[in-house]
Amino acid sequence: MKRRSIVQYAAVAAALSLGLTACGGASGSSDAKAAGTVRVTLANHVWTEGIKAAIPEFEKSSGLKVELTQLGEDQLSDQYNVKLNAGSDEIDVMMYRPLQEGKAFAKNGYLADLTSKVSSDSGWDWKDYQEGPVKATTADGKVVGVPIITEREVLYYRKDLLKAAGLEVPKTMEELEAAAKAIKASSPDTAGFVARTGKSAAVTQFSSFLYSFGGDFTDASGKSAVNSEEAKKAYAFYGGLIKNYGPANVSTDMSWPEAMAIFTQGKAAFYTEADSLYKNATDPAKSKVADTVGFAALPAGPAGSKPYNIPSWGLAVNEASGNQDNAWKFIQWATSKERTLAAQKAGVPGPRSSVWADPAGTSTYPKDLAEAISTSAKNGVGHDRPEVVTVGKAREIVGGPIVATITGEDASAAADTAHDAFQKFLDSEKK
Amino acid sequence: MSVLTPPRSAQSQPPSGRNARSASGARENFSAWANRHRKWLFAAPAMIFVGVLIIFPLAWTLYLSLTDSQGSVRAASEFVGLENYLTVLSDVERFWPAVGRTLSFTGVALVCEVVLGMCIALLLWRPFRGEKWVRVAILLPLVATPVAVGMMWRLIFDPNIGFVNQLLGMVGIPPQPWLSGQDTALGTTIFMDVWQWTPMVVLILLAGLTSLSEEPDEAARMDGANAFQRFFFITLPLMMPTVIVAILLRGIDALKTFDILYATKGKGGGSFHEVETLNVYAYGLSFDYNQYGLSSAVLILFFMIIIGSMWLLTMRKKAVSK
Repeated sequence: MKRRSIVQYAAVAAALSLGLTACGGASGSSDAKAAGTVRVTLANHVWTEGIKAAIPEFEKSSGLKVELTQLGEDQLSDQYNVKLNAGSDEIDVMMYRPLQEGKAFAKNGYLADLTSKVSSDSGWDWKDYQEGPVKATTADGKVVGVPIITEREVLYYRKDLLKAAGLEVPKTMEELEAAAKAIKASSPDTAGFVARTGKSAAVTQFSSFLYSFGGDFTDASGKSAVNSEEAKKAYAFYGGLIKNYGPANVSTDMSWPEAMAIFTQGKAAFYTEADSLYKNATDPAKSKVADTVGFAALPAGPAGSKPYNIPSWGLAVNEASGNQDNAWKFIQWATSKERTLAAQKAGVPGPRSSVWADPAGTSTYPKDLAEAISTSAKNGVGHDRPEVVTVGKAREIVGGPIVATITGEDASAAADTAHDAFQKFLDSEKK
Repeated sequence: MSVLTPPRSAQSQPPSGRNARSASGARENFSAWANRHRKWLFAAPAMIFVGVLIIFPLAWTLYLSLTDSQGSVRAASEFVGLENYLTVLSDVERFWPAVGRTLSFTGVALVCEVVLGMCIALLLWRPFRGEKWVRVAILLPLVATPVAVGMMWRLIFDPNIGFVNQLLGMVGIPPQPWLSGQDTALGTTIFMDVWQWTPMVVLILLAGLTSLSEEPDEAARMDGANAFQRFFFITLPLMMPTVIVAILLRGIDALKTFDILYATKGKGGGSFHEVETLNVYAYGLSFDYNQYGLSSAVLILFFMIIIGSMWLLTMRKKAVSK
């Protein structure tokens, strides 16, 4: 009696463990395709909130079902790193950062070629997209993504503080420094200037200063240029503004949430940041200074006012997905002229020329912000970080002199150190 | 049993044909085989589990550490032997400082947690009024998610709008950089670890204390030993095996700490890598730099450090138990 039972128990145990494994692997693409489901992974963003609310419309009109995963920026990156690396087909549509991950993803073959799809529908109109954003989502001549959000660096300032100090809105970097100095001197509790300070986080916002001083991360031949005279001046200027006129006890880990918090708590007069985050400063629920925030184009440096003008996010289709047609249907809908206009009205600057040309497209923006954006769009530079494959590492290297200057080190020496490391890094990428 | 066992009559029925005979024969053979190997059969699910979830990842990491894999693990990579290990071991900028931070984080946190844990456990040892509430309060940090704990302390320690600096301001002490300072960040994260994990040490030590026999203590009391003498010469030696268990369990965890550090200082352990431990470093190598070969080499070295230190502690425990 006992002998038999052992075999049967063992069989049950084996079946159970196999069954569990089978369950894990069962959610393959064929099922999703049959059921007409599109699996979409999006980042936490104002754009995502708008799309999320509109998804029922899409489900109704297309007959497809949308399965949405929403994650923070870093978690989203990690998720892609794991899933795409494993060749998973569990993601159909993915929201990604063309300048951060685009090159690496395209090189690894994670992104499906959308070239024929974007040109197939003249009503949807690929030609309507601005040139810079299109370039950023194109790899080796193939379109691998559709831009959804664009950004430029603008100057956020406090109208009340400027008025009290009898100052004009700064048009040049020198005026900005003088104004920051004056305000810090008149009220020591208020910082004259605040911006990102984290080694990696600050790089994108520093880039506009770098361009406006006449520098760039690399020169025309692709060699490191972070120790050029222009770059050294830019590092000294940006770091110096924060060191001399920044908040007391400034942390060297600030990304935009921390810097924005200082500004919206009313503790700083000037703040340079991406325009796409303006709602955080003008929304009374989030900002103590909502009524008194003004916007202006980035002050001009020796080389003029040259902010970055970039697509910060795009939508792409996972190459391993077995559901690419449905994925494209979702993207086509989410990036349509109507949806782009709706998103832009909700405060998300889009990449479509027609929407910018439409008065309705800028109707909800503060007037001075709309002006700053249109100026920046004209003279903007198409990247805000080194254009390499391993962007994370490059940002840490070129961001080094920023934090070094903030903590009082010599900008020139720090830039020389960064230059050696960056050149070594660029050489290693070419191998 | 009766459900699983066929009726005897069915077993003794003559087989109706050649197939049936061979089938039942095979079943008999399998049954006999299964019975002979039953200890393996029952252990099989556990063995498969260990193989798939522990041995395979370890072996894969070891393999990756010997290749120049980067960008994508599916991309072609070449076997480079021990090159990654040489690169890592000669890296004085990131790797060795990270080893130093890992060990000092673990060491300092462990000492604080065990000393503090022992004090609290001694206080809770004898019954008192409101004991239940005190125990619940002490255990609260233990049930919080480390990431949430990190976020919470990050807000509390914020240099400009944080609660701690505002509190200090009220008594006239100038604001301190806490998490944002290059020299203070690691200490602050150690404080968070101590805050969160001392309760676990208290639990373990309290369990040890309550299982101690009262007699040696009473005998010492009769002989006129004071409280300190009784603690250092009677209780502590008797508690040593439990203390080492606590150190062992907490030590492994503290070595592996990641969430608190990542939640408070982010990638790279801050702008100056001020809290970058081996774990944070390896994570950055994998997820930020996509250098899987190097990252795997760091992880294998880290694994060896953990195994080494645990082996030393276990040896010590054996010596104490004797």
